Amino acid sequence: MSTVLLGMPGLPPASPRGTGNLRGDEAFPDAARSALGNAQLRRNIAHATTTIRGKRAAVVGELPHWEQLREAGRQLKSHTMAHLDEYLVQLEAAVTARGGVVHWARDAAEANRIVTELVRATGSDEVVKVKSMATQEIGLNEHLEAEGIAAVETDLAELIVQLGHDKPSHILVPAIHRNRTEIREIFLREMGDAPADLTDEPSALAAAARRHLRRKFLSARVAVSGANFAVAETGTLSVVESEGNGRMCLTLPQTLITVMGIEKVVPRVQDLEVFLQLLPRSSTGERMNPYTSMWTGVTPGDGPQEFHLVLLDNGRTRVLADEHGRDALNCIRCSACLNVCPVYERTGGHAYGSVYPGPIGAVLSPQLTGVEDNASLPYASSLCGACYDACPVKIDIPSMLVHLRAEHVEEHRRQSRTPAVESVVMRTLSWVMGHPRRWTAAARMGRLGRLLRGRRGTIGALPGPVVGGWTSARDLPAPPTQTFRDWWRGQEDQK
Amino acid sequence: MSSPDAGSAREEVLGRIRQAHTAAAPQPWPYDDIDRGYREPERATALTGEALVELLVDRLVDYKAVVHRCAADAVGETVAARLAGRGARRVVVPVGLDPSWRTAEVEWLTDEPALTVDQLDGADAVVTGSAVTVALTGTIVLDAGPDQGRRALTLVPDHHVCVVREEDVVHGVGEALTRLDTGRPLTWISGPSATSDIELSRVEGVHGPRLLDVVLVGS
Amino acid sequence: MRIALFITCLADAMFPDVGRATTTLLRRLGHEVVFDADQVCCGQMHVNTGYQAEALPMVERFADLYAEADLVVAPSGSCVGSVRHQHPLVADRFGSRSLQRQTRKAAEHTYELSELLVDVLGVTDVGAHFPHRVTYHPTCHSLRMLRVGDKPLQLLRAVDAIDLVELPGADQCCGFGGTFAVKNADTSTAMLVDKMRAVLDTGAEFCTAGDSSCLMHIGGGLSRARAGARTIHLAQILASTAEDPFQPDVAPGSVTADAPVVAAPRRSGGVA
Repeated sequence: MSTVLLGMPGLPPASPRGTGNLRGDEAFPDAARSALGNAQLRRNIAHATTTIRGKRAAVVGELPHWEQLREAGRQLKSHTMAHLDEYLVQLEAAVTARGGVVHWARDAAEANRIVTELVRATGSDEVVKVKSMATQEIGLNEHLEAEGIAAVETDLAELIVQLGHDKPSHILVPAIHRNRTEIREIFLREMGDAPADLTDEPSALAAAARRHLRRKFLSARVAVSGANFAVAETGTLSVVESEGNGRMCLTLPQTLITVMGIEKVVPRVQDLEVFLQLLPRSSTGERMNPYTSMWTGVTPGDGPQEFHLVLLDNGRTRVLADEHGRDALNCIRCSACLNVCPVYERTGGHAYGSVYPGPIGAVLSPQLTGVEDNASLPYASSLCGACYDACPVKIDIPSMLVHLRAEHVEEHRRQSRTPAVESVVMRTLSWVMGHPRRWTAAARMGRLGRLLRGRRGTIGALPGPVVGGWTSARDLPAPPTQTFRDWWRGQEDQK
Repeated sequence: MSSPDAGSAREEVLGRIRQAHTAAAPQPWPYDDIDRGYREPERATALTGEALVELLVDRLVDYKAVVHRCAADAVGETVAARLAGRGARRVVVPVGLDPSWRTAEVEWLTDEPALTVDQLDGADAVVTGSAVTVALTGTIVLDAGPDQGRRALTLVPDHHVCVVREEDVVHGVGEALTRLDTGRPLTWISGPSATSDIELSRVEGVHGPRLLDVVLVGS
Repeated sequence: MRIALFITCLADAMFPDVGRATTTLLRRLGHEVVFDADQVCCGQMHVNTGYQAEALPMVERFADLYAEADLVVAPSGSCVGSVRHQHPLVADRFGSRSLQRQTRKAAEHTYELSELLVDVLGVTDVGAHFPHRVTYHPTCHSLRMLRVGDKPLQLLRAVDAIDLVELPGADQCCGFGGTFAVKNADTSTAMLVDKMRAVLDTGAEFCTAGDSSCLMHIGGGLSRARAGARTIHLAQILASTAEDPFQPDVAPGSVTADAPVVAAPRRSGGVA
């Protein structure tokens, strides 16, 4: 072990506070409350997720070997994580051999600094960007802006978010919370060159984006991208996209800077046969996305002649150190779990605070930051399990949520002297339920609740944080006159 | 705090990975033990011959590519008809394109010396060959070979006429990967450029070519 | 067969009718039902809220009582899910080697009611009679944790005189989720409203399921909205016969239809 590990015994560090977009401003229940009251948001997201669920189900149903593919995806990822250091070293060597330059970033601040210096060295004060979760995670655009470098998002949804001075709310379609009418208004207001007679037809809106970005693409000197996959064996990077903005950024500029989380590496080229089948069907519900680019270092005379790969940790090694949580690193960012999640469908992505929303965000964000910095997220789920069924690499998100809840409770207990009310209740219940005599007495006492019941035999709205949360929208049944165990004893006695 | 020293960042990240593996030993999972159970059903359902080509046509059309089937000696006239049909006059070609494919009465812009981006932007169309095509997904793969040229050629012009030889058609993604060399830049194309970013409904026509004509040549 | 009934803490204290119906049904089918009064709770609420160590006494008790049993049935998909998936987890973290073995052993022969009937006892027609319009909500843990599939529907289809109607969006969660309903009460309510709408759209008198907890949630919402439809556990439908029919007029959760005692308290009232 190198000396730098001194001072952090046991575990690698979480993503540090202060830089990036992994932490929200308010707890999930509070953020969700305002989202739930936004009728347009509710309708937009319900419409989009319903559409995509149908498309996904149709194309997944076409493949008789879907379950075997999922299992292979899971095993490939687990294998890779178990040999992550070896594969990263192999990747680095392969990229370097083909004329690329590999950089390592411990955290968001370091990655931002590396990218800024690389852009500066080109003399350019503008970069075109391909949609990338890693650069959103580290807040690269904000950092570049502060350093006097304009970052132009070229993915349609990212452009909508950027022009709308908005935040992304979905992994795949960051502007999923906007409908066509709102997008038209944003374009007319912010784009500058949007035609005055722009309609809200999706094809017209796409055409406006094409015109708006065309000159940028053709004149850009530097591009920043993420990566979907990096093949250790050959050093081949891959970006999976639809619009062609990715191809523009990966092909036309002189310099390409790719920022990639260390977990994106895959062992061999042939392994892409698994992921290229799983990803498009799970994300956009297509058999294959319109464009997938693969490149290896620098190809003389074709594409960028300078290529930099930034390998980002930013809390990932911390996730790797948790045997019950590390499968979150297996995520291929398809968004299928968001699209099937009943919580996401109603609250939208902003309520999660982090750039990673939805079920995968609820397990990934708290692990990247340390659970106490996103303590409400593991509870932002009814544990219905739809995410696990939809995940193309079989990440058991519900079990992981339960694990993180325990981590939060135990961490809270370690940090504070006074136990939370909930903790007292749970311990008391454990004491009561740990013994049948105590339970029998308590269950009988429950009959006192009958005093609260109204004319219809049920209990209506009650004050108080716990019961009040329930009775705000639901009646409680009045407790019965007799518990089951009392009934049982009675009928046994009669025998 | 992290120091800006690049070398130490590399050592530190790799050290953290080993630290994580020490803290929670990963389940050993040798590469060769990965269950490739999907391959057998893939092989078992793979089509060949005319059925394979029909599957490809179905998948291409489904994603809004326009397909024209022709014999090997009719590529030139088929390409010419496609260009004429879209009114193309200035047409980009890679240097290695089969001369018999470029019989149309248009202005041919050969990428030698390399065309500028503005020249590409001023062209109406591009004609290329292709490396491998996946029938199951309707995906054409370009590998920057002599009949395809560098990546920018098939990206900037708005109309791509792509010639696919039936002998280059495979059933699935895995088979395509075995035929490809990732040392070359690869572009996998499934239909014209499209987006699902507005209400998660797919619409065609964004930054890449908005028209994709596929000329499918019988073997 | 000799079948041990694990009643679950919720049914014991709040829905004894469900236990009575399960008992009646299994006896009618010729089986012996035994009830060990030392049982309490599976501990799921503790695990799902993050209190794994606190769940240990319950996990130990369950293993103690049932590792050596022949067959255990619980009228709850989620409690059986907890026994199968969470008990080994808690045992691995906090328990002895012997407990780790015992939890797995107990889980092997613990079944949810529809699994027991269809898979173990091999019956789908249990001789029930239920002349009402009914829709079935597959609870998430039955559907995705236990994978009971259409077993409950097989049982319901065989019920005499039932008017069984399909629930649109049936696989969507009702929003209960244990402490989720309290910690994220607003989101839970939003999910509940959509589930209620789906139930009401069917025109059913009864929404049935295999979990009293989800039914308490859906039923509580329907009751508050004065929607007219109500909830009933699968066991209660299957226990109902022409000779001994289900009494739909009894208030949910009560075993007798006694008159109201006091008026509903106001929010300002001193009931806390």
